[in-house]
Amino acid sequence: MEDDAPVIYGLEFQARALTAQTAETDAVRFLVGTQSLKFDNQIHIIDFDDENNIINKNVLLHQAGEIWHIGASPADKAVLTTCYNKSESHCFLLSVAPFAASLCSSFFSSDSRVVSCAAVWRMPSDWETGSHESPDESAHNPQTLELLCHLDDSTHGNAACVLWEPMGDGKRVISLADNHALLWDLQESSTQATVSSTATLEGKGQLKFTSGKWSPHHNCSQLATANDTAIRGWDLRTMSQIYCIENAHGQLVRDLDFNPNRQYYLASCGDDCKVKFWDVRSVQEPVKTLEEHSHWVWSVRYNHSHDQLVLTASSDSRLILSNMVSISSEPFGHLVDDEELSEGEELHQEDKGKEPLKDSVVSTYEEHEDSVYAAEWSSADPWLFASLSYDGRLVINRVPRALKYRILL
Amino acid sequence: LAGSVPVAEDPGRRRRVHGMLKLYYGLNEEGKAPEQPESLDPCDINGPHFDPELYLNKLRRECSLTELMDQETCMVRQIRSLDSDMQTLVYENYNKFISATDTIRKMKNDFKKMEDEMDCLSANMAAITEFSARISGTLQDQHAQITKLSGVHTLLRKLQFLFELPARLNKCLELQAYAQAVNTHRRARCVLQQYSHLPSFKGIQDDCHAIMDKLAQELRQKFRDGGSSAKDLSECVELLLQLDEPAEELCDKFLSHARSRLDSLPSPASNTDILEFIDRGCNEFVSSLCLVITSYQELFINHAQKGELASKNIPQMANGKLHVFVDDLAARYFMLVERRIQEEKGVGDNSLLVRALDRFHRRLQAVAKLLPGSAVPNKGTEIVIRAATERVKQYLSALQSFYMDSLTDVRQALATPRLSVAGTSVAGPLLSSLSASILNQIKSVLASVHLFTAKDITFSNKPYFKGEFCSQGVRESLVVSFIKFVCQSSRQFCETAGDKGGSTPPALLLLLSRLCLDYETSTISYILTLTDEQFLVQHHSPVTPVTTLCAEAREAAQKLLNHYVKVQGLIISQMLRKSVETRDWVNTIEPRNVRAVMKRVVEDTTSIDVQVGLLYEEGVRKAHSSDSSKRTFSVYSSSRQQARYAASYTPSAPMDTNLLSNIHKLFSERIDIFSSVEFNKVSVMTGIIKISLKTFLECVRLRTFGRYGLQQIQVDCHYLQMYLWRFVSDENLVHFLLDEIVGSAAHRCLDPAPMEQSVIEVICERG
Repeated sequence: MEDDAPVIYGLEFQARALTAQTAETDAVRFLVGTQSLKFDNQIHIIDFDDENNIINKNVLLHQAGEIWHIGASPADKAVLTTCYNKSESHCFLLSVAPFAASLCSSFFSSDSRVVSCAAVWRMPSDWETGSHESPDESAHNPQTLELLCHLDDSTHGNAACVLWEPMGDGKRVISLADNHALLWDLQESSTQATVSSTATLEGKGQLKFTSGKWSPHHNCSQLATANDTAIRGWDLRTMSQIYCIENAHGQLVRDLDFNPNRQYYLASCGDDCKVKFWDVRSVQEPVKTLEEHSHWVWSVRYNHSHDQLVLTASSDSRLILSNMVSISSEPFGHLVDDEELSEGEELHQEDKGKEPLKDSVVSTYEEHEDSVYAAEWSSADPWLFASLSYDGRLVINRVPRALKYRILL
Repeated sequence: LAGSVPVAEDPGRRRRVHGMLKLYYGLNEEGKAPEQPESLDPCDINGPHFDPELYLNKLRRECSLTELMDQETCMVRQIRSLDSDMQTLVYENYNKFISATDTIRKMKNDFKKMEDEMDCLSANMAAITEFSARISGTLQDQHAQITKLSGVHTLLRKLQFLFELPARLNKCLELQAYAQAVNTHRRARCVLQQYSHLPSFKGIQDDCHAIMDKLAQELRQKFRDGGSSAKDLSECVELLLQLDEPAEELCDKFLSHARSRLDSLPSPASNTDILEFIDRGCNEFVSSLCLVITSYQELFINHAQKGELASKNIPQMANGKLHVFVDDLAARYFMLVERRIQEEKGVGDNSLLVRALDRFHRRLQAVAKLLPGSAVPNKGTEIVIRAATERVKQYLSALQSFYMDSLTDVRQALATPRLSVAGTSVAGPLLSSLSASILNQIKSVLASVHLFTAKDITFSNKPYFKGEFCSQGVRESLVVSFIKFVCQSSRQFCETAGDKGGSTPPALLLLLSRLCLDYETSTISYILTLTDEQFLVQHHSPVTPVTTLCAEAREAAQKLLNHYVKVQGLIISQMLRKSVETRDWVNTIEPRNVRAVMKRVVEDTTSIDVQVGLLYEEGVRKAHSSDSSKRTFSVYSSSRQQARYAASYTPSAPMDTNLLSNIHKLFSERIDIFSSVEFNKVSVMTGIIKISLKTFLECVRLRTFGRYGLQQIQVDCHYLQMYLWRFVSDENLVHFLLDEIVGSAAHRCLDPAPMEQSVIEVICERG
């Protein structure tokens, strides 16, 4: 069975931020945020037409600054958060004056400064229709995002990322800023944000959260964060630490993800080129370690439905899809129903014969030519995923059909 | 002339007479062949076909007168001499005939005298015969009488013996001469039995029975007391057997006696050394056991086979009992021995143990000879085998701990002189001393183990020690296991150190990697060949081939070297990362110097280069000109770099940036950062530098730069460019990565105004 060729889309700017539009469950849609210090940054809305293998794009302007992280609301398709860097110098000072007051800058140098901020945005309601009518025009005169509110607090540091409450109603977000985790309540259609509780990482030196993940289990009351080589778990009700994996990786931990089906399982990746799978109930040793990449691993993502499929992106310009059967929620593959069992012993025997699947690398994708900093599964089609490299190349790939049918049948 | 004819005939006749005489005397004429071809020439005067007529005619025809005259005189002379010869011969023959006649006459007279004397002799002989017959007739009666008398005498003697028997037996009993008593009684027993119907004999028989019962009683008592020596005991048993005691009971009693005696042997104190222990065991237990077996067999088996007891199946019964007895005792003995052998843990001197085992085994052979079909020797061999395998295991663990100890030593040696300048230069000698000491240790262990198969050791020719012990025991579980252990422990260094932040010093990793590589290239095959030679291993069962081990060693070496590269790369990466992360690149001042961290990076790289150079060969690098740094630098700065800067700050064409860099990337190969390295210096250094520069690149991409920040990066990169190219296999790689770094920094710059190339050069050359 031939697999469909990957679909490639090129952005004009360098980019690191990628997310699936979480609230959208019908169309395959990804959001990409660009990084440019000289031009207005953009958010590209990438629609993928699976049947025709065609990409449709829409561009929205994000004038506030270069985007380092992007997150889509799980409830409202039009709402998203970004973390962005704002650089200021004398010449820019006037134009960005309205923002300056709310910036959480820690630099107070004489001529220029770079600050990281976070904000909640709403896409203009007619972005879609506009693009359909005249795509050329929209490329030239893109619409601008509507700012809903800033997630900044002058007492806290630079925002690293913003996490939406998984499967929530789009009312709660967590932002990680330097060594603080801030839980925000969004009110009045997300136009107002108030900090409901905070947690602070105490310790020697300048501690800084690099990334985090809101657990979808336990009634969404847990958060995992990464700082330097450690992974920490937090209880959001008390805002206290519940577990800590010291030296989870030899080097910096870059990303985390929760297994969507097994509540204690957590995947992490980092600068030691490894991907590790943890059972947070016993954190002495990882359950499993993958060492397939030849440089830092920047992103790890579980498939939302079939948690044996794990996607990892690395600065060796590769994207790897692994099949981690042994630690998935379906370690023996698809469970055979009782009815099917009665149909015939022979069939069952056959099934058993091919059943023991081993953990393996399904595929290595080499379409990128620069470091791949982000990879995401589609929220609509569980067999589809996108990856984004620094040079602005977005690649959409599918799980190989053979594997897909093996998992399904 | 007529007279000449007889003359001519004469010699021929003479010859004939002569020949006949010769024939008579059995002689042959010497020197002449008897059958000379007889001439047919009628003119040959000596030939048989001589024709005088022809001869004369011939002479007359051929010769002159004088010649004829000469011929005639010559012929006359010859005839005369022939005549005289003939006369002499006739005379001689006549004389001989006369003397022969005389002799015959004399003999006739002598025979007549002898005949008379013979007649006289025969008459005398007849007279003698007559006399002798008369004498024997007279003596006949007296002789018969004497024979009868002597018969009566012996009968009386026998009767007297019988009558005296009770008294004699009693006396024997008193004197404890039991053997004599039994002997005596046995002689009389049949007679007494036969005549027991006569009252007098009956009395004697009863008396004898009573006495013999008492004797038997006494013997049994003595037997039961058991205080007597084995010899006494066996005598006792022999007598009792002769007295028709039940053999089975005696067997049991005998064995239980023997057992109690053997049990009472003192078990040696545990602090004696193994040889002494075995020695005592052999001398006391095994020899006593042998003695018991011998005497038992003598008594119950060999003895019984001769006598009437054989019919009662006693030998089989006795033999069965003996086997049970021996097996039981031996089992206990073996338990003791085995326990003692297990206590033998020190691996220092193997010869003592081997000698002890040898003695143990040798002594058991005696049992085997005495008691064919017994399981004891086999069990003994099993113990020896177990001891040997146990020993091999101990040696393996000793080797392993030796290896770990030497690694600890090496680690210390690496750690201590680091303070001094010569710190890195000890790696070479350390490696050689490490591998030499390991090799020596292996050799000495092999020598120790080899004792088990020495020619003078009795168990060495058992099939186990010839085959399985050599191949499975020594080769597989000792040598191969050790090599595998070395590889495995090396691999562990990579795994444990990975997460705990490099607990293993990198120099040790490097050293071990070289060690494993050396193993792969030569040491393994050397060790295995040595083993095979020493032990003449015949591979009955499949053994691990050299290639497998070599592959394993190579894999370990590769892993170690990769890990070394990773660790060293990370150390440098860490410096670079810290230097990029902690600086405020937006508000930095104009660069005047190369940052200290870059100098440190170059210094560290140089020292790593030295370190690796001590252990690994140079390796191949792509050719470059002598003034490489200058030349490539100009290319790097002028064409590509400038073009990229130009693109990046031309506001009208934002696409060009990516286009250019993408096109550039199309033509350059993908670089694997943490990839496998080759076993040479250049490859190792390339690996380390790749890791460091990639880290640099990724860190730069996470920052935002001001104008001077970018310029500082430019300066730093140029500095690295100047020094790092010499370490790597392909300098373009360094150029490419440094290019990327400066390019990325330019992208991330708020105010990209690159520094003048000449200024950069000046700054860098200033140091």
